[in-house]
Amino acid sequence: MSRNNATAYWRANLKLMTFCLIIWFVVSFVFGILLVDQLNMFKLGGYKLGFWFAQQGSIYTFVVLIFFYAGMMNRLDRKYGVNE
Amino acid sequence: MDLKTLTYLVVFGTFAMYFIIAWLARANSTSEFYVAGGNIHPVLNGMATGADWMSAASFISMAGLIAFLGYGGSVFLMGWTGGYVLLAMLLAPYLRKHGKFTVPEFIGDRFYSKTARVVAVVCLIIASLTYIIGQMKGVGVAFSRFLEVDFALGLGIGMFVVWVYAVLGGMKGITYTQIAQYCVLIFAYTVPAVFISLQLTGNPIPQIGLGSKMIDGSDLYLLDKLDLIVTDLGFKEYTTAKLGSTLNMFAYTMSLMIGTAGLPHVIMRFFTVPSVKDARSSAGWALVFIALLYTVAPAVGAMARLNLHATIQPAGGDNLVYEQRPDWFKNWEKTGLLKFEDKNGDGKIQYVADKSNNEMVKVDRDIMVLANPEIAKLPNWVIALVAAGGLAAALSTAAGLLLAISSSISHDLMKGVLMPNISEKTELLSSRIVMTFAILVSGYLGLNPPGFAAGTVALAFGLAASSIFPALMMGIFSKKVTSTAAIAGMLAGLGVTLLYVFQHHGIMFIKGTEFMMGMDKHWFFGIDTKAFGSVGALVNFAVAFLVTKISRPIPAEIVALVENLRIPSGAGSATRH
Repeated sequence: MSRNNATAYWRANLKLMTFCLIIWFVVSFVFGILLVDQLNMFKLGGYKLGFWFAQQGSIYTFVVLIFFYAGMMNRLDRKYGVNE
Repeated sequence: MDLKTLTYLVVFGTFAMYFIIAWLARANSTSEFYVAGGNIHPVLNGMATGADWMSAASFISMAGLIAFLGYGGSVFLMGWTGGYVLLAMLLAPYLRKHGKFTVPEFIGDRFYSKTARVVAVVCLIIASLTYIIGQMKGVGVAFSRFLEVDFALGLGIGMFVVWVYAVLGGMKGITYTQIAQYCVLIFAYTVPAVFISLQLTGNPIPQIGLGSKMIDGSDLYLLDKLDLIVTDLGFKEYTTAKLGSTLNMFAYTMSLMIGTAGLPHVIMRFFTVPSVKDARSSAGWALVFIALLYTVAPAVGAMARLNLHATIQPAGGDNLVYEQRPDWFKNWEKTGLLKFEDKNGDGKIQYVADKSNNEMVKVDRDIMVLANPEIAKLPNWVIALVAAGGLAAALSTAAGLLLAISSSISHDLMKGVLMPNISEKTELLSSRIVMTFAILVSGYLGLNPPGFAAGTVALAFGLAASSIFPALMMGIFSKKVTSTAAIAGMLAGLGVTLLYVFQHHGIMFIKGTEFMMGMDKHWFFGIDTKAFGSVGALVNFAVAFLVTKISRPIPAEIVALVENLRIPSGAGSATRH
């Protein structure tokens, strides 16, 4: 594998990672903690929305996020020929 | 059949199962002992990671914490799951690619320094030992309450069970027993939750039940009713009660997240899968299995709190007469975890927030999960199951921790630094001896816990967050950070965290050696000692960054090592050298 190819692969990985980590941060720290009072003005069934993000929603998002990252990385691996 | 006989049957039935699995999956080589031969399927590894991860604290304590903290308890839910996102993206795939047996070994290789490896071993042992005390205590509590044996005897039986399968099977035996233990614990956790959710809301799925209306004819949402009840009694509103300040909750969650990602016994599990690709997806599966418990826990907490108040203050406003208290109340009074004091002498129980009028002088958080099936009047077999589940959670985590400790001593210290020439056979024997010794030490610490044992698990996260996580991350994401910088960073991070903790709780938790020196409690922006790991991590990063600026650049072969880490192909299975 060439050096340029390796650098491009790593850059693509970092970009994807940054995107995923922004979502990770927003659903937990922003929705679940920083903006919880504002979101609590809305309701999801019997849940206040901010409370729901803190105790349910953030966890579901984390699960989806890891599989999304793993899937996208498999595509990147194949694209750059670094898959096993 | 009476409850005690049933509980004995279920608990010893599961123990027999663990022994059989251990015998079938015994380890014959160091590769099997440290990384289970490196060919565990990612879904199975995810399940084993779930059991490895979910300890007595998750199973027994967490829902109880949430029950009394309300919204503030969210820090545990987000913190102990969000760490897996970090693990899947920032650490697991690259450490798997490196392909060695232990976490300190990676730190030693990447920072080209035996000193760095030894410092990592020290951090690992401190974090893992503090963590294991909590497990041993959990084993003792489960035994003494459900099987009515002495705390010390219960702890001894637990130590023996772990000893058999962990020493015999190493990582291979631990992996397969953890898979069985996951099944036991998730079943034991979910069944009572489903029953209780059905009783209260008519919905069998606790995650939905928590957001549904009560079926008691009040037409109120469960959470609204709970808010109403607790505020009436003078407690903070359940769905909005914060844990300290917003900043404290932020730091607490961050500390638990990066601590989770930095715990060596969890990271090690990802060395057992065949490839980098599998390491990524396995982290996802681990979180699926963990989320099954973690999304149910808030429902268990809220519903248990509701049931507790409903028992003591039944509808109609008349309080429970002490002489008519239910059996579970008497059982838990015997353990001292529940205590009533008739302050106004009317023979009735007043449970209110105001300390001078409150007559429930002690309600231990841990009993919320353990007594939950009894409070909800569920059948005996459910109660027996909860006992087996609590033990499965504690034993599976203890085994993982013991392996992390024994591998770091036998592989990193002995083989890696002190006696590089020992044969594989000798190394295997020595890991087994070290593990036996580690079980004895942790058993002793479980019996004589230093100071406040309840907080020890949370403390382990602070230590992992402030020392191990930053070192691993810089090792992968920077081609510049040098050995001196990493060592200085780890020591500084660990140092400030320990300093802050010891300042509040005493040196080595010995009462009377606190040194507040006129400072306010939690003087650092109101941040809790258990949330301080995130501050320690920042210090670690900052110190490593500064020292890198003034130390000699890292050797070319280490730059090549880092570049190689970042490419998934050619991982092979984890190797001895």
